[in-house]
Amino acid sequence: MVPISYYLVLAAILFSIGVAAFLIKRNIIAVFMSIELMLNAVNLTFIAFAHEWHQVSGQIFVFFVMVVAAAEAAVGLAIIIAVFRARSTLNVDQIDLMKL
Amino acid sequence: MHLALFFIFGALCVAGALNLLLQRHPINSALSLIVVMSSLAVLYLLLGAEFLAAAQVIVYSGAIMVLFTFVIMLLNAGKEERTHGSKMAYVAGFPGAAILLGLLTFIFVSRRGSFGQARLGEYVVTTADLSRVLFKDLLLPFEVTSVLILIAILGAVALARKEH
Repeated sequence: MVPISYYLVLAAILFSIGVAAFLIKRNIIAVFMSIELMLNAVNLTFIAFAHEWHQVSGQIFVFFVMVVAAAEAAVGLAIIIAVFRARSTLNVDQIDLMKL
Repeated sequence: MHLALFFIFGALCVAGALNLLLQRHPINSALSLIVVMSSLAVLYLLLGAEFLAAAQVIVYSGAIMVLFTFVIMLLNAGKEERTHGSKMAYVAGFPGAAILLGLLTFIFVSRRGSFGQARLGEYVVTTADLSRVLFKDLLLPFEVTSVLILIAILGAVALARKEH
């Protein structure tokens, strides 16, 4: 028997680590991986609440998040390859053409 | 039993996530993210999400992470170097994430009376239950996602293609 709040706190820890990694990492692929970590933390919250209220819809949400994450990963990695071809670097500090 | 499994795989999740944060080489980060996703699949199973646990292993730690490691090896990504901008991120990143964690934990712990307990096998969503909702009530959104995936494949091919 585990309280649902334990699962929610675990998801909060994972999400915060994802936020910290997103801000601190300098490699564009590592930044992208921390976004996936945050998506996974939110998925855990959805499933915990689905268990709490005995609703299937929480799990349906997770299913759609997974589908969108798969599409996002494919397009994002293609953009990373295109950026690497154009600038031959993966450091986010050197990819700042749109910065004011 | 449930508590022990939760703590073992929860600790694995947090350790993998911290390793992702601390490793300098992207391939080490990718491998620790696979550990996080696989342990999350076990936690999904503990919460009675059978289909999603299988989908987590197949889609996330299978397909998506293979894509990531493939791109890391294709681009021959090396260790990330420290630059001036990353010092700003250290100053803003760690306190910001700590404040977020503190706030979320405070809310969840102070409201723990209104949340119930998760018992093993008390509420299990089988694949049949999930697909009944997905193919009856949510048939149109499900079909739209297939169009989304198709567009994503075309976009990925168009972006990653070499221009002549």
